[in-house]
Amino acid sequence: MELKPNEKLDIKEILKDLENYRPKRRGWHWREGVGEAREIGKFDYYETSKNLIQSQPLPAAKYFDNIDPQPAPVITTEIASGRFEDDIRRMRMAAWHGADHIMVIRTAGQSHFESLIEGTPQGVGGIPISRKQVRAQRKALDLIEEEVGRPINYHSYVSGVAGPEIAVMFAEEGVNGAHQDPQYNVLYRNINMVRSFVDAAEAKKVMTWADIAQIDGAHNANATAREAWKVMPELMVQHALNSMYSVKIGMKKSNICLSTVPPTAPPAPCMRLDLPYAIALRELFREYRMRAQMNTKYMESSTREATVTHVLNLLISELTSADIQSTITPDEGRNVPWHIFNIEAVDTAKQAFNGMDGLMKMIKVDREGEYLSTKVRELKERAVLFMEEILEIGGYFKAVEEGFFVDSGYYPERNGDGIVRKIDGGVGVGTVFERDKEYMAPVTAHFGYNNVEQYGKEYVNNPSLLINGSTFEKPEKIIFIDELDETDNVNVRLEEVKDLINTNIIKPEMEWLGDGVVLLTMFLPTDVRTAEFAALEIGKNLNLKDCEVIHREVLQQAEGTRIELKGRVDFTIDISKLVIPPKPEEMSEDEIRAEISRKPMKVVAATVGEDEHSVGLREIIDIKHGGIEKYGIECHILGTSVPVEKLVDAAIELNADAILVSTIISHDDIHYKNMKKLNNYAIEKGVRDKLIIAAGGTQVSNEMAVKNGMDAGFGRGTKGSHVATFLVKKRREIENEN
Amino acid sequence: MRREDDFEERRKHLANLSESELEAYFWELAEKIVDPLVNLAYNNTTPSIERSVLLRMGFSSIEAKSIVENAIDRGLIGKGVGNIVYKYSKHKSLGIREAGLKLIDPNSWDEVKPLFNGGVK
Repeated sequence: MELKPNEKLDIKEILKDLENYRPKRRGWHWREGVGEAREIGKFDYYETSKNLIQSQPLPAAKYFDNIDPQPAPVITTEIASGRFEDDIRRMRMAAWHGADHIMVIRTAGQSHFESLIEGTPQGVGGIPISRKQVRAQRKALDLIEEEVGRPINYHSYVSGVAGPEIAVMFAEEGVNGAHQDPQYNVLYRNINMVRSFVDAAEAKKVMTWADIAQIDGAHNANATAREAWKVMPELMVQHALNSMYSVKIGMKKSNICLSTVPPTAPPAPCMRLDLPYAIALRELFREYRMRAQMNTKYMESSTREATVTHVLNLLISELTSADIQSTITPDEGRNVPWHIFNIEAVDTAKQAFNGMDGLMKMIKVDREGEYLSTKVRELKERAVLFMEEILEIGGYFKAVEEGFFVDSGYYPERNGDGIVRKIDGGVGVGTVFERDKEYMAPVTAHFGYNNVEQYGKEYVNNPSLLINGSTFEKPEKIIFIDELDETDNVNVRLEEVKDLINTNIIKPEMEWLGDGVVLLTMFLPTDVRTAEFAALEIGKNLNLKDCEVIHREVLQQAEGTRIELKGRVDFTIDISKLVIPPKPEEMSEDEIRAEISRKPMKVVAATVGEDEHSVGLREIIDIKHGGIEKYGIECHILGTSVPVEKLVDAAIELNADAILVSTIISHDDIHYKNMKKLNNYAIEKGVRDKLIIAAGGTQVSNEMAVKNGMDAGFGRGTKGSHVATFLVKKRREIENEN
Repeated sequence: MRREDDFEERRKHLANLSESELEAYFWELAEKIVDPLVNLAYNNTTPSIERSVLLRMGFSSIEAKSIVENAIDRGLIGKGVGNIVYKYSKHKSLGIREAGLKLIDPNSWDEVKPLFNGGVK
């Protein structure tokens, strides 16, 4: 199976024969060609990676030969719609925009589920991570990475009370990255702390075998603490504990990624708070990798505000470093992310990095200056003091019991509001068992005491020999479970939307195929509360279902409010019944220029009849509006309300190649009447054959213009390039005839 | 606990450390905190670890869950559930998978206990 750019990815094809699918490769992939200068289009770049084979460039790329420079860091997008089959399509779109780290969020509640979830049940705010869904998504990504020409890292979570099993399943299924941090379980999922750490060791050992990159969970303290910037010393402690624990289990440092977020956001002077922290962290953890996350703590429902904060976060990455640049969708403050915002977030990172390429060749961070050196030192010392006190009171577990973590005080200040967990409490308490002397596990990548020797010395270095190879050596031993729930699975969901798959029927969509969701932006000249209810009424009048105001912003309390309204349409569109006019022909700027320099062209133009509307004509002609002058075409605008006779006479006198008329007024078909008149007069004068005559205007159709004697008609939406293309082609035609 | 910011007082013993000494000390402390945790993990197991072992031995998640539950009920998880399946397969001259599937049935476990001297610790 191969993907074609102009064909949709077929989910049913992905699901076919899934029980026998094996992932193409294992392990994390960093972008290639980083650190090399690279010439892309007309520019030199210093901080890019290898180009993609196929991609979707930024909108403004059309002015720069459609280049799509790929920044140096791996770029992450987090996908969380709850339906893995729809997420797969989003993954493809994100990959085309430059994401190569696809992080799949888990459904709420999976952390407390003992054992793996199987099948494809629908999730809430994420998907239930099951073998089938992971395999299907990895299979799809194996195809997508071929299509764009860069390996894509697939990522999810190794946490909760089934961490080791999930790690094993990820290793078997070719997952490339995972969150793993026992502190996350303890603090935010209330999983028993002893259980969490014992489980984590096994999970990390398995991840190490599979070369899975690890991301820690420290950033959650940012999102949880009341004043996020005050937990900075603690964040460094959390990073250190998980990093050191992982190293002790055997994980290599280059696979240990710190999840770090610039803690603050405007209107706080965030650069001044975030930069010293970013520097202190990168100095202490110089042997580790940085996964730079974007701020979520201070996100409201404004996507614009979030984007600005995120661009400042990207500036921190540029000023310091980022091995993985994570992106947060700008709509995360108001709903589960939509397709369009995943793409926006990826583009925000790509755009900002493109723009900042080589910035550090010109500026330098004043590390030794008084402000930074004092602040950086202070942060490191505060973190050291934090750890000293952990040891003083009797170690990590004791510190958690005392509420050391996520206290809102700037350590050593304490506000007594930290998260408290007890060693004999939490989910999974009492489920840690001491290994006997005979304890043995005949498998690969098992951590801890393992008395394999009782069965023979030859097995000590390779316990799985006892069973003739584990699934890591013999993937054919993996047992694949398809579906367990007859009513909650992908087949049922696909059946519900079958009218929309491989048919001519489409529906707008934000998350799921056929969800019908649309977003309306409006300004309402009233106060915020009235505006909200007025907007709901507007939605109702537009026949939208399930209307909800998802963003409101005061422009001025009396003058008005910006509202963003979400609603659902319940109709579909049959695209086979659409009347779509043919796309106007458009030659490239270089081609047109070449034609004009081969043989100069002269044009006379005017609005004809009693018509004073010259804006459209100027748009087509003026160089500053991108009109035909820019190609070197000599243009003589005779004015407005010019009689047709005068136009033809002027064309003869100037020896022009073409006449362009603009007619806006269409009352009583006066525009077509004038075209006819123009044509007849040119014939009468004997010049019609050698003159090109075209008409334009908002109510002009090509068909009617030609019927009334014109060589072409141009309607709404016409650009200078369309007219220039026509002129050049028509002239060639006339030349060929002669 | 509530406490005013006493950073200036507390940091006195750090003031004279060079930047690299401070960083080395940071990592020394981290190591001291995690060492007992690593030790704990080395000597203990959990239902999830044992299920993960069974997955690697070629059992499904559903099979693994039942087998591990039976091992806990019989007080034998400390032997290693993979070990139990292995030993049982040898005892019964069965393949690993066949042996494990029998151990989903709690009644099969009467034969398991004698294989491990003493059983419950």
